[in-house]
Amino acid sequence: MKMLSAWERITIARSQNRLKALDLIPHLFDHFVELHGDRLYGDDRALVGGIASFEGQAVTVLAQSKGRNLEENLSCNFGMLHPEGYRKAMRLAKQAEKFKRPIITIIDTAGAYPGKGAEERGQAEAIAHCLRLFSQIKVPVIALVLSEGGSGGALALSVANKIYMFENAVYSILSPEGFASILWKDETRAKEAAELMECTAFDLQAKGFIDRIIAEAEQGLEADPLFSIVQIKDAIRQDLNALHKMKLNVMLEQRYQKFRKLGAQL
Amino acid sequence: MNQPFHKRKERLNLFQTLFGKKKNIKVTTSEMNIEMCPKCSTAIESQTLKQQNYVCLQCNHHFPMGAYDRIDAHFDADSFIEIYAKANSNHLNSFPDYLNKLTKYQKSSDLNEAVVVGTARVANQKVAVAIMDSRFMMGSMGQIVGEKITRIIELADRRKYPLIIFTASGGARMQEGIMSLVQMAKTSAALERFHQNNGLYISILTHPTTGGVSASFALLGDIIVAEPKALIGFAGRRVIEKTLQEQLPDDFQSAEFLKSKGFVDKIVNRNALRTFLIQVLKLHNLEVKL
Repeated sequence: MKMLSAWERITIARSQNRLKALDLIPHLFDHFVELHGDRLYGDDRALVGGIASFEGQAVTVLAQSKGRNLEENLSCNFGMLHPEGYRKAMRLAKQAEKFKRPIITIIDTAGAYPGKGAEERGQAEAIAHCLRLFSQIKVPVIALVLSEGGSGGALALSVANKIYMFENAVYSILSPEGFASILWKDETRAKEAAELMECTAFDLQAKGFIDRIIAEAEQGLEADPLFSIVQIKDAIRQDLNALHKMKLNVMLEQRYQKFRKLGAQL
Repeated sequence: MNQPFHKRKERLNLFQTLFGKKKNIKVTTSEMNIEMCPKCSTAIESQTLKQQNYVCLQCNHHFPMGAYDRIDAHFDADSFIEIYAKANSNHLNSFPDYLNKLTKYQKSSDLNEAVVVGTARVANQKVAVAIMDSRFMMGSMGQIVGEKITRIIELADRRKYPLIIFTASGGARMQEGIMSLVQMAKTSAALERFHQNNGLYISILTHPTTGGVSASFALLGDIIVAEPKALIGFAGRRVIEKTLQEQLPDDFQSAEFLKSKGFVDKIVNRNALRTFLIQVLKLHNLEVKL
């Protein structure tokens, strides 16, 4: 894996030609059937959900989806979810539990959308309930951080038994621009902020948040996606096997402890 | 010899502050401490303000209130037993200037961190409580705050106590990065277990409750009440205005706004909160006759 600065990784993670969830889904799964809507208000295109087959096993897929071009981005709000996205995820997670399908989430968002409608319809409430629901959903959950894990909006879909992260993905409490603007009242110092933030896959693995790092091809993820896809498939296969072998309460306890032990000393 | 002049000068200053254009809200003289209501400009003597639980009786403005003042106001006298009082974040000082900030807040307040937790009684009913205090680093949630809250949820679960949390927070604490963020998941997961074991959780949203705290334990109460006019929301107003390029209405993200949108059960005046809590707790304990 390459030695790069945090800012270089952020630049890669945010680049327009970076692989998006819609590119990744057909590589990882067969027979994907997309399911729409939260049954309450609308259908958030920033959260693509549905059922599919992973090597012959039915799974539920919940993917934060950034657009591959302007048109797609306008329809999916540049991958920034509204409360409807989180509520769709919860609906499909409960459905997965009913039919005993493991859940695979793909994380790729700059954050939950900071908009008027989003606030009016309970962005905070939706994220809070997502966090709570996923902590005890009775099927294995695996999260894959593709590019950007932006704050609570990303965390809502990261309450998983195992979290994988692409080599050049980043995950942080707020954007480096936001960080710099709060810390130094100067957004242009984002590059400097990025190095302080400990937001790379390697930083987060050291902290116990990330379980596996998915290496990207030397020439870049887009040039050879299969190099990474093979690793992801191997990891999902191994982890699902192990999680399936656990008794339900052991599997739930493993997920609970994964988060419980983060910052547990007083 | 200087005394009369000194006193006269003090009174003159006081007069100017209270009736002039000066923005000072707190005035201290050798004779008395006076605070001015930022909403209606009524001058209130500090001791009186404290007796009124930091509520302006003219316009019902709720001043910020410290964690220990809230304990005195809402729980049975001397019933509060604090736990983890000494826990602080001073050993987590990897971030530039973080230790300085922490010690500054520790010196200027009676707090070691942004939340106070323990057990108390309300009309003799034992409860587990957490009270956030916005005076300490904007009430931001780092790993110690998250851990204290998680432990009090777990204590409530073990002892079958109702849980009461007062929230006041700007959100997750950026100095601790991802370790702050994951406290949202940790506290919410503990609440889910408490919920599945039929624990009663009353969440009291005070000014301000935003960001990662609003998007985790604050909005997970079985019963969610808010203090009048408290700011409650996920994203900051300025961020939203910048994104949308439009001005938001004044009452946007106020407690009343959230209630009208269906996210808050009730707005409860601070001075009516104790009665409200007693009523709700009794209704959850059917052996007690109302």
